[in-house]
Amino acid sequence: MKKETNRLLQLIADMPENFDGAYSLREDGSCAARQSSENVSIDSKSDAPGLVVTVKANTKGETVYIPACVTHGGIDDLVYNDFMIGEGADITIVAGCGVHAEEGEQARHNGIHRFFLGKGAHVLYQEKHIGTGADNADRRIDPVTDIFLEEDASLEMDTVQIRGVHNSIRKTSAVLKARAKLVVRERIMTDADETAQTDFDVTLEGEDSGTDLISRSVARGNSHQVFNSIMRGKNRCTGHSECDAILAENGTVVAAPALEATHQDAGLIHEAAIGKIAGEQIMKLRTLGLTEAEAEERIIAGFLA
Amino acid sequence: MLTLKHVAFGFEGNDIISDISLEIPENRLVVVTGPNGGGKTTLAKLVAGLQTPSSGEIWFDGENITDMDVTTRARKGIAYAFQHPVRFKGLCTRDLLELAAGEKLEEKRVCELLGKVGLCANEYMDRELNASLSGGEMKRIEIASVLARKAKLSLFDEPEAGIDLWSFSKLVEAFQNLRREDNGTLLIISHQERILSIADEIVVIANGRVRAQGPKDEILPMLLSDEYAVRCPLGKENLRK
Repeated sequence: MKKETNRLLQLIADMPENFDGAYSLREDGSCAARQSSENVSIDSKSDAPGLVVTVKANTKGETVYIPACVTHGGIDDLVYNDFMIGEGADITIVAGCGVHAEEGEQARHNGIHRFFLGKGAHVLYQEKHIGTGADNADRRIDPVTDIFLEEDASLEMDTVQIRGVHNSIRKTSAVLKARAKLVVRERIMTDADETAQTDFDVTLEGEDSGTDLISRSVARGNSHQVFNSIMRGKNRCTGHSECDAILAENGTVVAAPALEATHQDAGLIHEAAIGKIAGEQIMKLRTLGLTEAEAEERIIAGFLA
Repeated sequence: MLTLKHVAFGFEGNDIISDISLEIPENRLVVVTGPNGGGKTTLAKLVAGLQTPSSGEIWFDGENITDMDVTTRARKGIAYAFQHPVRFKGLCTRDLLELAAGEKLEEKRVCELLGKVGLCANEYMDRELNASLSGGEMKRIEIASVLARKAKLSLFDEPEAGIDLWSFSKLVEAFQNLRREDNGTLLIISHQERILSIADEIVVIANGRVRAQGPKDEILPMLLSDEYAVRCPLGKENLRK
């Protein structure tokens, strides 16, 4: 494994040493290491680059690591990963992508992930995006996540992207059957001339299905972010989305949330707030002895934690 | 320990503090009272450095702090509990208490601080300081954050507002203990008789001026017997007689 990959891996996946569970490590567009476990099999996809991760029904407490790293410019990696989660399983999947590119280079990772959760299954999906290297490189990460939740299934998705990725477009779609739950927590910080776009499209198809989309972002420097979301309530269901953005320096944010209710008992709520850090928050922390700059950093760190 | 010399402050041509001179001795519990709009909160903000006086001087611990900013004053030992506590998305109770203490706090200490304001640490330690907390809960956490600072001078702006009766007794107790144990000076803005009754000294502020100042035993009976004299911000109490 390359030294650069090792460094990126520590940043995105923090996999324990001597890990004996299932994992697959992708490096510069090909598989660098892979291992299955008794309950989780990881196989190559037959029709496209990527993996099929199959989790047996009722598997409990396992963690699966599937990080991907791009260590230099000139790589345009495209990968299709399918996750087939058996009924009643309860597992954690740690994904994430680290992209490193030096001066003037372009490097891109585009992961297309599909999650099929059987009845009553629960998945905690953690995804961290990191970009490192020269400022004037062009690092792109464009993840696509399609989620299909059967009855009583639930998926919690935590995604984090803090600086260093020049352009990213994240597309997440989900279809929920009866009593299924989807919780998405997104944290984004852009700086310099970076741009980041998030598109959520969640369809609440089944009775008593529910979703909670929480996006917190900070746009610094001259960066620009776009937040698009649509929740479609087609049955008795609950949907809540919350988009909070902090603007620093010349950062800009566009939030365009949409709600579509086609059932009388669909309850959909959206909250959005964009603005600078409230002056009184900085003042409160200054009365505790922090400088203005320290207070700002602490507020942003807490906001994105 | 804290001296105000002819301090004045105005806003858009209106005098909020006209001319206040005060001497607050060390290790005393001083309660500032008086009608709403009389300048009490402004006085606390001027001492903490959230506002800058238009004229006059503020001295703390033998040093002229008039031109020092909020951070510098905080580091010199001035703590300030806001009348309307600030909410933070992403900071929890424990974070705020640790920022106030300037160090990581053992769970035992967090429990002790929250216990003093009538909150159960297990329930509140990891709660985010967001809109899910009620005004009363926020107020108690705000007071705990000032207790965590162990400052030389602690300013509390109407600490009783939003606090229920049961917790209020604990709060009064907390101020008494603070007075006894920590050897700090407490300056509390309050209208509550129970808080006034634990004061060493009482300062009455009205119309941006000190109307009366002295030991509790002297001022409190006067306040209780002659409420009109200090309750009308426009000085029209005589119209009712």
